[in-house]
Amino acid sequence: MSQCRKRCKRQLTKVARYFYRFVTGTLTQDSIEDDFELSTVCHRPEGLDKLQEQTKFTKKELQVLYRGFKNECPSGVVNEETFKHIYSQFFPQGDSSTYAHFLFEAFDTNKNGSVSFEDFVAGLSIILRGSINDRLNWAFNLYDLNKDGCITKEEMMDIMRSIYDMMGKYTYPCMQDDAPREHVENFFQKMDRNQDGVVTIEEFIESCQKDENIMQSMQLFDNVI
Amino acid sequence: MAAGVAAWLPFARAAAIGWMPVANCPMPIAPRDHSKRKDELIILNVSGRRFQTWRTTLDRYPDTLLGSSEKEFFYNEEAKEYFFDRDPDAFRSVLNFYRTGKLHYPRYECISAYDEELAFFGIIPEIIGDCCYEEYKDRKRENAERLMDDQEENKDCKMPNMTFRETMWRAFENPHTSTMALVFYYVTGFFIAISVITNVVETVPCGYKSQKDVPCGERYTVAFFCMDTACVMIFTVEYLLRLFAAPSRYRFMRSVMSIIDVVAILPYYIGLVMTDNEDVSGAFVTLRVFRVFRIFKFSRHSQGLRILGYTLKSCASELGFLLFSLTMAIIIFATVMFYAEKGSSSSKFTSIPASFWYTIVTMTTLGYGDMVPKTIAGKIFGSICSLSGVLVIALPVPVIVSNFSRIYHQNQRADKRRAQKVQKARLARIRIAKKGSSTAYLQTKRNGLLNELLDLTASEVEQQHLNKTSSLLESQHHHLLHCLEKTTGHEFVDEQLFEQNCLEGALQPYRSHSRTPSGSSQDGLTGTCCSRRSKRGSTPTPVPNASLPALHTQPHMLTHTLPKSPGLQELSAINIQCAEQQLHSSSRSNLNMQTNEVDRRNTRQQLQQVTTAIISVQTPSTGSSTEEDDDSHGLPNPGASVVTTASSNIVRVSAL
Repeated sequence: MSQCRKRCKRQLTKVARYFYRFVTGTLTQDSIEDDFELSTVCHRPEGLDKLQEQTKFTKKELQVLYRGFKNECPSGVVNEETFKHIYSQFFPQGDSSTYAHFLFEAFDTNKNGSVSFEDFVAGLSIILRGSINDRLNWAFNLYDLNKDGCITKEEMMDIMRSIYDMMGKYTYPCMQDDAPREHVENFFQKMDRNQDGVVTIEEFIESCQKDENIMQSMQLFDNVI
Repeated sequence: MAAGVAAWLPFARAAAIGWMPVANCPMPIAPRDHSKRKDELIILNVSGRRFQTWRTTLDRYPDTLLGSSEKEFFYNEEAKEYFFDRDPDAFRSVLNFYRTGKLHYPRYECISAYDEELAFFGIIPEIIGDCCYEEYKDRKRENAERLMDDQEENKDCKMPNMTFRETMWRAFENPHTSTMALVFYYVTGFFIAISVITNVVETVPCGYKSQKDVPCGERYTVAFFCMDTACVMIFTVEYLLRLFAAPSRYRFMRSVMSIIDVVAILPYYIGLVMTDNEDVSGAFVTLRVFRVFRIFKFSRHSQGLRILGYTLKSCASELGFLLFSLTMAIIIFATVMFYAEKGSSSSKFTSIPASFWYTIVTMTTLGYGDMVPKTIAGKIFGSICSLSGVLVIALPVPVIVSNFSRIYHQNQRADKRRAQKVQKARLARIRIAKKGSSTAYLQTKRNGLLNELLDLTASEVEQQHLNKTSSLLESQHHHLLHCLEKTTGHEFVDEQLFEQNCLEGALQPYRSHSRTPSGSSQDGLTGTCCSRRSKRGSTPTPVPNASLPALHTQPHMLTHTLPKSPGLQELSAINIQCAEQQLHSSSRSNLNMQTNEVDRRNTRQQLQQVTTAIISVQTPSTGSSTEEDDDSHGLPNPGASVVTTASSNIVRVSAL
């Protein structure tokens, strides 16, 4: 009998509390406002002179670059989402998010999840104004996903698939499923000198230097800025 | 391309370096920025107010006035600025569009003035940002309705050569057009009023006859009958005239007003036809009720009545909800009251349907008092009933009221469903614009191909002209996409062609392997990449002079000889740039080509035809001139090798 009464009392208190809440109308905590405080991180790049020393761009070029950068990312840093979004604007037919992710990893040298203007300009400086070896090094760094100094077939597969994804569905000839694999096999055939299944940086640079096409195409975008 | 990120194009192009080591084919040449202007400040003088911005900011949107060379027309040499004789306030939002990539609609601005400014500067209004788009569309719709109303009023001006019928219809619809119409309008209105008053007065008791109150209708039968006849005559004539004048008689007969007309005059004629038979006269009397519908004929004369009718029609859902909730509540409370009052003696609540009356009267707070609960339970439930009645009725009513006021002020504004259609249409337009970027590339490829072909044949002047067609930004973007194609060895095509190819790929049993190993001077990889392309169009056996191409390629070729099929054209382009060594000397004598262009393109890949004499005769010098630019990055000159082998082939005159 006493148990029954205890249970009844518990139920009653619950009901009473419910009615109290109903009458006074408590709202949920305003937790949304807390989130806003941290999101506006503003990053200011180093001075123009310093950047000019660090990179091989002229002052005017840096100015143009920064203006474009700041326009799209007023906060001064690019996070991966924005990066992917920007890159996808150029490839409307396919899915460029994976390749953009790899690019982001390549630009984000200090691995803090965002690309600041310095990172951005440093990367561009190598690609556009660096020597051939520097560029090849950069490309190798892009392919080497886990940054262990050698490209395995799986890493190359990932890269290749991401590039093929950018083409999208409507291609001529129809995209076969094993097209990336074929391409990777070709690549390894060409690059892997000692046939050990991985391509090291020396093999890579050596093979690329032997290939005229690659040498020429590395200089294709010199006058982009 | 979404030019808002045009600033990132250099970055995207630089990032393409990641494709270079894995590419098998050599890359196409990049477009040069010949006019290597330094980024400079441009002054835009708009009616005296000077705006300044970078040139590259304006270049972001090359298909607008400020972004294209069209602004050169407004260049003022003395002051070294661009002068526009437009509204500087509206120009602010236009310029902000270039700066931020988002177009905003300022609320204080008049909608048509804003539209004009946008049209002048070549900006489509669909790209107004989401924050301002609803407002813009609403204002535009209001404006359109207002213009429509104005137009309707202006229709009063008499068009020449209107037939009698049209004149009459116009007179009926707009009484203000002529005095005759106005007279007619007032006369019918008067007779409607007379008819209604007659019906009412008919039933008033006046005087006695054999100790019984007699309504006037029975006392002065003849007089009332004459009145009725006169009114019905007028109404009949009016109806027949309208029927005659209506542009679409069938539609007129279906319209609400004509049904009301018919219902108003029919009882009279039925009464005439029917004899004084006792049995049917009862039914005949009920028919007279329909005479009251004549009052609805007033809605032609009154705008407010029409709006009320329209409101009720548009609030059908709210009215339906009101009715439904009321019905539910009535049934519930009637049941409860019935069972509550069952016990009491001499209770009026004899059955549940009988309790309906009490519930309705209580819920609408009328409270006649003819039925009252007597038990305590009944009284409690009765009070709950009246309280809930207030709530249930009060809820939908403001909606109806606000609807009426809105419609009254706006006079038939579009309803929610049309807004959804507009949203869908807008999204479709944006999608088309986005798709435009991918189709633009395919289009440029075709154009580019044409350019290259004409390079071989046309004069310098034409060549120059063609080269300037696309903007630098576009050409750079397309070059980037071209590099991607080269890297993967596949090409972008549009949907239809893709489906076609898939279909025909399934049909085609053979695969032509025309790779001649000896021909390729590049390393094996290049050969593979390019030979994949050559598989498409060539016959298996390089038979010169064969007049009959192999059967299986014929359908292959035919499907590709649609005008503007990008496949083959791409092939030709690539053949020029990619060192296409395998030369297919297969014949293409008489395929049914539809256009000259297609013809030339098809045959170009065989390198034998195409205004062919020029190609085969001239030597590497022609080949080198096919290169787009002087500084060709030292790519092995494909033109040369192509031409030399071509000369060895038999020149076949194409069906040009």
